[in-house]
Amino acid sequence: MKYLCLVYLEKEKLRVVPDRECKASGDGFKKSGLLIAAEALQPVETAATVRVRGGKVSVTDGPFAETKEQLAGFYLIEARDLNEAIRVASKIPPAREGSIEVRPVRELMVDC
Amino acid sequence: MTTIDPVQEAVNEVYVTHSRRVLATLIRLLGDFDVAEEALQDAFRAALEQWPRDGIPGNPRAWLVSAGRFKAIDGIRRRSRFDALDDVGERAEVGVLDAAAWADEESVEDDRLRLIFTCCHPALAPDAQVALTLREVCGLTTEQIAQAFLTPAPTLAQRIVRAKAKIRDAKIPYQVPTPAELPGRLDAVLRVIYLVFNEGYAASTGAQLTRHDLSAEAIRLGRLLTELLPEPEVLGLLALMLLHESRREARTSPAGELVRLDEQDRSLWDRQLIAEGRRLVEQSLLSRRFGTYTIQAAISAVHAEASTPADTDWSEIVGLYDVLMRNEPSPVVELNRSVAIAMRDGPAAGLQLIDAILKRGDLVDYRLAHAARADLSRRLGRIADARAAYERAIALTQQAAERRFLERQLADLQPPAPAPSSPSSQGEV
Repeated sequence: MKYLCLVYLEKEKLRVVPDRECKASGDGFKKSGLLIAAEALQPVETAATVRVRGGKVSVTDGPFAETKEQLAGFYLIEARDLNEAIRVASKIPPAREGSIEVRPVRELMVDC
Repeated sequence: MTTIDPVQEAVNEVYVTHSRRVLATLIRLLGDFDVAEEALQDAFRAALEQWPRDGIPGNPRAWLVSAGRFKAIDGIRRRSRFDALDDVGERAEVGVLDAAAWADEESVEDDRLRLIFTCCHPALAPDAQVALTLREVCGLTTEQIAQAFLTPAPTLAQRIVRAKAKIRDAKIPYQVPTPAELPGRLDAVLRVIYLVFNEGYAASTGAQLTRHDLSAEAIRLGRLLTELLPEPEVLGLLALMLLHESRREARTSPAGELVRLDEQDRSLWDRQLIAEGRRLVEQSLLSRRFGTYTIQAAISAVHAEASTPADTDWSEIVGLYDVLMRNEPSPVVELNRSVAIAMRDGPAAGLQLIDAILKRGDLVDYRLAHAARADLSRRLGRIADARAAYERAIALTQQAAERRFLERQLADLQPPAPAPSSPSSQGEV
């Protein structure tokens, strides 16, 4: 089962957790076979939301919702179940400054 | 008069005592709540057909688990001839290979814990945890739960359906947490149980009987958890519920009015529940790993020991609130501690502490803070202050019986001198 762990941080705290520490934790997860991909994201100002309504594509700036915290990065992990995913998420360094959204990845329903 | 078929009666009895255990094991073997529930119903249907003919099996629970598992797998196989083998089918097949596992007594006992911890998983919404626990662990029907929580049945049914879907889609495992995770996860379980209890205990209007059942269910859950996982805080919570429950008869008048702790007829207190509660508190305190439920239960036990309000050991109670403040400081605990200090050292000392809390901006909208302030002001003869505080408390009170209680207090305020100070405490009712 794959889980996407989304990292949320308040704007002022975006740089509080050192990049070096995040790199090290990512490397650690990778070594134990838990990590598929992890990336940090540019600040929310660079975000865009794309919607398609009635076949028409609309693009708006910013995130889809106004909250104090913003998406600051993600970890795509492979875990046995939600408990293991939560365990991994709780070790992601910014968990202590912001929140991590853990979301099971949905398998695309495609006929093969 | 209709005669009841003795076998039918036996099946009913087995249902009451064993259906939840059978369900808990079937969920593990079949890997899906809905499939397991259907299997449980099928198993009891089979029992009603076969037991009259073949007699009641020596181990009805094992019989029911086998029958349920067989029926479920049979159903899946039959369906899978038409559909592609789905997830559930795969999991059930694993269950077949694992058939020996269910017979292991220890893992069967663990199944009930697995069920409790899964229903109270923190990834589920709190109201979903409560609904799911009452439905799956206690076996209440959706309609019963809806009635008890004064919620429309379709809303509640949807809550349960969503929770089960989340367990499936997010893959919430059917597991007892690891020792490292246990404290946090146990907190969630205890919170659910205490919430169910309070839902039944605090209500004093409307569907009283159904709501009383909620307290009984919570105590039953507490007993079950005590049996399965006798952690100090599990004992503490059960003790707390039993000690509260011991005062149920005394805390409302025949007319349904709230009766304050110091005005309760103590001969109505249930001595047996008090004795059991005290034993549990002592056991938990001895462990030295106790927490807030145990301390609250200990406070309740001190009240229970006093044969008259004047006999209450307020120094002991203040000491326990000090421990509680160190353990889990909160303005509400601080308020209760202030009231205890008022009882020990006089109303002025307590009032000073409450005013300090309010001045900080804490509890300004908390009705019991103003009610306590009103009571202490009254005892100091500060009638205008008392009146203002009662009015504030009444404005903040939602519950009818509590509002009537405060209105009586307000009406009883005598403009002249302070009434002879009678010991009273707010909050603890």
